[in-house]
Amino acid sequence: MDCFIGIDIGSTTVKVVVLDENNAILYKHYGRHYARVRESTIELIDNLKCLLQERRMKVAITGSAGLGLSKDADIEFVQEVFATRIAVESILDKIDVVIELGGEDAKILFLTGGSEERMNGSCAGGTGAFIDQMASLLNVSLEELDLLSFNHKKIYNIASRCGVFAKSDIQPLLNQGANKADVAASIYQAVVDQTIAGLAQGRSIKGRVAFLGGPLTFLKGLQERFSETLKLDSDHAVFPVNAEYFVALGAALYSRNRTDMEYHQLMKKLKHAQSMRNTIQSLPPLFESHEQYKAFYTRHNSDKVKHVDIHSYEGDAYLGIDAGSTTIKLVLITPDGHILYSFYQSNYGEPIPLVKEHLQKIYQLGENRIRIRCGASTGYGEDLIRNAFHLDGSIIETVAHFFAARFYDPQVDFILDIGGQDIKCFRIKNNAVDSIMLNEACSSGCGSFIDTCAQILGYNIADFAKLGLFAKHPVNLGSRCTVFMNSSIKQAQKDGADVADIAAGLAISIIKNALYKVIRVSSPKELGNHIVVQGGTFLNDSILRSFEMETGKMVTRPPIAGLMGAFGAALYAKSLLKASSSILTSMELDTFTHSSRAAQCNQCTNKCKLTVNVFSGNEKYISGNRCERALGKGKQARLPNVYRYKLERLAAYQPKKNASLGKIGIPLGLNMYETLPFWHTLLSEAGFEVVLSGFSTREIYTKGQHTIPSDTVCYPAKLMHGHIELLLEKGVHTIFYPCMTYNFDELSGDNHYNCPVVAYYPELLQANVSALEEVQFLYPYFSLSNPRQFGKRVSSYFNTVFGIPKNITRRAVDKAYKEYYHYMNDIRDYGRRAIQFAEKHGKTIIVLAGRPYHIDQEISHGIDELVNSLGLVAISEDCVSHLEKKHRVNVLNQWTYHSRLYAAARYVTKHKNMQLVQLVSFGCGLDAITTDEVREILEDGQKLYTQIKIDEINNLGAAKIRLRSLIAAISL
Amino acid sequence: MSKLQYTRDNRLLFTKEMKKEYTILCPMMLPIHMKFLRDILIKHGYKVELLDTTHTQIVNEGLQNVHNDTCYPALLVIGQLLDAIKSGKYERDKLALIITQTGGGCRASNYIHLLRKALKKNDMGDIPVISFNLNFMEKNPGFKITPGLLVELVYAVLYGDLLMLLSNQTRPYEINPDEADRLTDKWETKLSRELSGRTILNNKKFRQSMEQIVAEFADIPVKRVEKIKVGIVGEIYMKYSPLGNNNLEALLQQEGVEVDVPGLMDFIIYTCDNGATDARLYGINKGVSILTTLLKKYLVKMHNMLIDAVKTQSCFHAPSSYDHIKSLVQGYIGTGAKMGEGWLLTAEMIDLVNSGVDNIICTQPFGCLPNHISGKGMIRKIKGNYHNANIVAIDYDPGATRINQENRIKLMLSVARLNLLKRSANGKP
Repeated sequence: MDCFIGIDIGSTTVKVVVLDENNAILYKHYGRHYARVRESTIELIDNLKCLLQERRMKVAITGSAGLGLSKDADIEFVQEVFATRIAVESILDKIDVVIELGGEDAKILFLTGGSEERMNGSCAGGTGAFIDQMASLLNVSLEELDLLSFNHKKIYNIASRCGVFAKSDIQPLLNQGANKADVAASIYQAVVDQTIAGLAQGRSIKGRVAFLGGPLTFLKGLQERFSETLKLDSDHAVFPVNAEYFVALGAALYSRNRTDMEYHQLMKKLKHAQSMRNTIQSLPPLFESHEQYKAFYTRHNSDKVKHVDIHSYEGDAYLGIDAGSTTIKLVLITPDGHILYSFYQSNYGEPIPLVKEHLQKIYQLGENRIRIRCGASTGYGEDLIRNAFHLDGSIIETVAHFFAARFYDPQVDFILDIGGQDIKCFRIKNNAVDSIMLNEACSSGCGSFIDTCAQILGYNIADFAKLGLFAKHPVNLGSRCTVFMNSSIKQAQKDGADVADIAAGLAISIIKNALYKVIRVSSPKELGNHIVVQGGTFLNDSILRSFEMETGKMVTRPPIAGLMGAFGAALYAKSLLKASSSILTSMELDTFTHSSRAAQCNQCTNKCKLTVNVFSGNEKYISGNRCERALGKGKQARLPNVYRYKLERLAAYQPKKNASLGKIGIPLGLNMYETLPFWHTLLSEAGFEVVLSGFSTREIYTKGQHTIPSDTVCYPAKLMHGHIELLLEKGVHTIFYPCMTYNFDELSGDNHYNCPVVAYYPELLQANVSALEEVQFLYPYFSLSNPRQFGKRVSSYFNTVFGIPKNITRRAVDKAYKEYYHYMNDIRDYGRRAIQFAEKHGKTIIVLAGRPYHIDQEISHGIDELVNSLGLVAISEDCVSHLEKKHRVNVLNQWTYHSRLYAAARYVTKHKNMQLVQLVSFGCGLDAITTDEVREILEDGQKLYTQIKIDEINNLGAAKIRLRSLIAAISL
Repeated sequence: MSKLQYTRDNRLLFTKEMKKEYTILCPMMLPIHMKFLRDILIKHGYKVELLDTTHTQIVNEGLQNVHNDTCYPALLVIGQLLDAIKSGKYERDKLALIITQTGGGCRASNYIHLLRKALKKNDMGDIPVISFNLNFMEKNPGFKITPGLLVELVYAVLYGDLLMLLSNQTRPYEINPDEADRLTDKWETKLSRELSGRTILNNKKFRQSMEQIVAEFADIPVKRVEKIKVGIVGEIYMKYSPLGNNNLEALLQQEGVEVDVPGLMDFIIYTCDNGATDARLYGINKGVSILTTLLKKYLVKMHNMLIDAVKTQSCFHAPSSYDHIKSLVQGYIGTGAKMGEGWLLTAEMIDLVNSGVDNIICTQPFGCLPNHISGKGMIRKIKGNYHNANIVAIDYDPGATRINQENRIKLMLSVARLNLLKRSANGKP
């Protein structure tokens, strides 16, 4: 009696299947392993003793976490995608495509029409573990999430590129009161989009599609999203029985041709593997001894918080509420800053009922002895909370944190705050916030990440925090983004690290991420001498200790580290010196209600998705808007905004009807945003009707998403795929999009290159958009930097390709150059007038410094409007860069667009009413170089440096915080 | 003690006195090639130390001193140098650094500037940095690439390419373990002596040596069975450096496959050839074009000597000539795409598939800009034209884990194994 065993060890679960000689399933098991890979496997096999003892068996291991075990145990390994293929081919019939989602991996297999297997790249973590994270964010179980998703009315755009991104899209939706059912369905849709974009990469998913793996077995809503998006009927969407066991089944089938063994041999091999501890890169322990910890503990807990009993206190009080991304914090203080009442809790996506509940409690406890003189809010949800409860004010969170830190250390010169979702840090100079650094969406290795890790590993957060303190060999987990950390944990698990080592390693990673990625320090000297660390995450002693170890500095951690935002808001409330507060009274609270619904603003092309909150039946609060128009305030006097101006100018380049040579299409993206006046004129004059793809929208992106081969390229480049599709839809038979190694030479740098992506993206499109094979796609190499040479080359090119007489092209070339310079002059002129306007009206000017294509509203998501709505004038880098002479910088200054950044930064340092905000596309490799240099130029000139990273995330929350912090800092 | 001298734009120079007094630290990339390079420089009167460090502190130094979104090679190269300076092994006041600079629109041409920035941050601004390039960038009075040196470098690179090629083609089939490695070591020592010896090498001697090497490798007893062949292409540092690619070659060798890594000379000819591209496409930089065309001709001639030498023994498959490789990209990517590895990367993949190496690992640092286009961007088209092509793109990064990389490589190998099985099944009557 032989049997075949397949063991599939994934990132979160272990699955075992035992087959008999006829491939019938004798036994199957599916369970979480909580990082105890080797122990769990042994336990499982141990349980099978009765079944297996009398048999000969063949065994194969598969799965990402199984690799190490198979090596150490000397048991056959089969790669999981390969195992899937074996299983599908032998069990299912007529399958064309297989989609398998696991804990952290996503796979796609094309079985017909040229077989091909793909796995998600290293930067696309959103799968099973991602759904887990999102469910815990919504505070629902997976089953509840699934049920919820069926009741959705609309789907929100959630960045699907990576889990972290998606999370930062979802969080604000929840904070704004979006419907959970809609969010649940949107989460599923994000997973679907990611699978199609990240995995299919140009191959269409057609025919009979089998869906495998845990999430696709258990989550019916996810199944529905997939079938609907891929337009599969029940005949073509195959959800087989045992879908979650397919990989294990494949391994069992694979084992057939291998050597056999007996039960005791298998156990021996597994036990041998368990006894082995691989050499893992380990770090020094956090504490050598309990005495050392005790000293540390005493030092940090000597600062007792002063609590005053709310049951007996009589007098004035101030209220501060910090509506963070995942948590809600509230404090009530006396005028001396003593704490009367506080709470800190996860908001479970619904902050309003929580605040209501605690306010009622405060009224109840305070009876009539306590009078709330003033209340203020801060954090992501500050507007919502202020409007809901009629608070007296709200304050930007960075400033709130500064107020709070100053209370604990009046000499504070450096604050680091690690919260659930954000890392904020600021230097303090002359009693004002001097420079602010916030984490990017991509590096949010923050508190909520540790929480989720703890949950996945099966621990509660408090225990997990203590676990790492005395770990002997903390694991080095790297310091990039959380997705990478997830797989580092996986690697450590594979190597047999225990949970304590992982917990300590995580603490160290979080600190390294903050120090080297967010703050970018190279030596502790740069941090200052009076460091205050705060945020709920620092209540974890492992993290506090890691910080002190990594920097070699003793720091202050206020005892209310987790409440500092709310505390700062309360201090701010006090500073408002109000005679009485407008806050809802106890009676008003009793009748307070809240409901929300989704809507869309149709005032402009941005089509902002709005959430309309209704309080107590008649008060409205709208969120999700980028400008004031959605609020029904109508058109206000608009401040100068060069982005808007450029878009209007570009929109004026219309096709010349009835052109002799017919239509030619130009995709409007990347460098076309600046060279359009040139090419449009050239082609129109040469006799073409120039058809543009138009400005980008999310829909355009989705249209082309399936042909993107590299998921880490920048968003502006990805959009090009959609623009090509759009041109094809418009029935254009010729598309013109030249490759351009060189840009215009503005004589401001050492060379005048384009970046590699801008320069050669047409090559990539030609090789990946198969529809382009049906039309004439022209992507010649041209350089515009030398008009004479260009004229020569383009006229002979047009002559060869279209038969246009050379003299006609030459004339067109002259006009094209003229038009380009004319356009650029207009931009500069507009900039000049905007600056004059600002000076006349005493406005501050923000130079939004990026690339020409950042004016695309789908790329910058209306940041320019946001700047205007904050009362600032918006101009761009090319409005002022020409005003600076060539100047040496510390890096190789060889890209035209980037030279403008350096020049603009230098110009800004010379002008009092100007600030620079650098826009950076996520994944822009060149900006790793430019950002440091621009920062240096600005800081040398005593200016603040502000950076906003933009991607497909269309939530401006982070941008708003940065801009408001900037304003707060310059006006302090 | 040498005086610190600066250029007008404030760059610290490597002076003639420094040449006598200073030790030049050189980061590692290709072990064999770089050792030869070191020997030649020593022969020319420089004190050179080639860094063979691999410990984790290198990455940490890189992370602390270079913007973390910069490509991984920059982090490693700069990290390795800083780590060496701080190790205390060298006299701090008498140190200089050397780093290659390719020029061109890729951000790699910025490494040297990022290195200087990092030095300044660490109060090491007084350590001169030498740019090693063939484009006449950043001259130093104490460091000159003379024609004599250049010729020797060409010999060194070709020797390196030859040893790499022969050992890769022999190792998986050898009957007595480690024989290929031992022979490689033997020739490494011997050639080292030859390159740093007094007698000046000439083409005739060079040809003889190469043929002898080829003959000796051919003499290693082997059992030629059909094995999986895997080519490694990609961004130059990730492709070659074991520190960067987590010992990729060793990993593949353990799996018992034949590894095929295209030589360094192709890349050098490619950079030279690019000098003429601007003149050809845009009618600019014509002066440079004349010079580089001459240099290219010379290099191609030398490269062909290597090809001929390999061909003297039928058991080895010789590399393709540069011009042949270049012709392959027609219909894939324009030869105007010259940033980073540019079209050469695409060409190497096609050349590999053409010569029966269907399985390819395309390596790049996470977020590598030119590889979006010429690497990942071209895979679909290659696969479309060659159904056997089995290509996997692997990203390297300080945070990327070995398990993720290994798992994807394993998938590629599983498919390779299956293809091999199918092929041998079809081959049987």
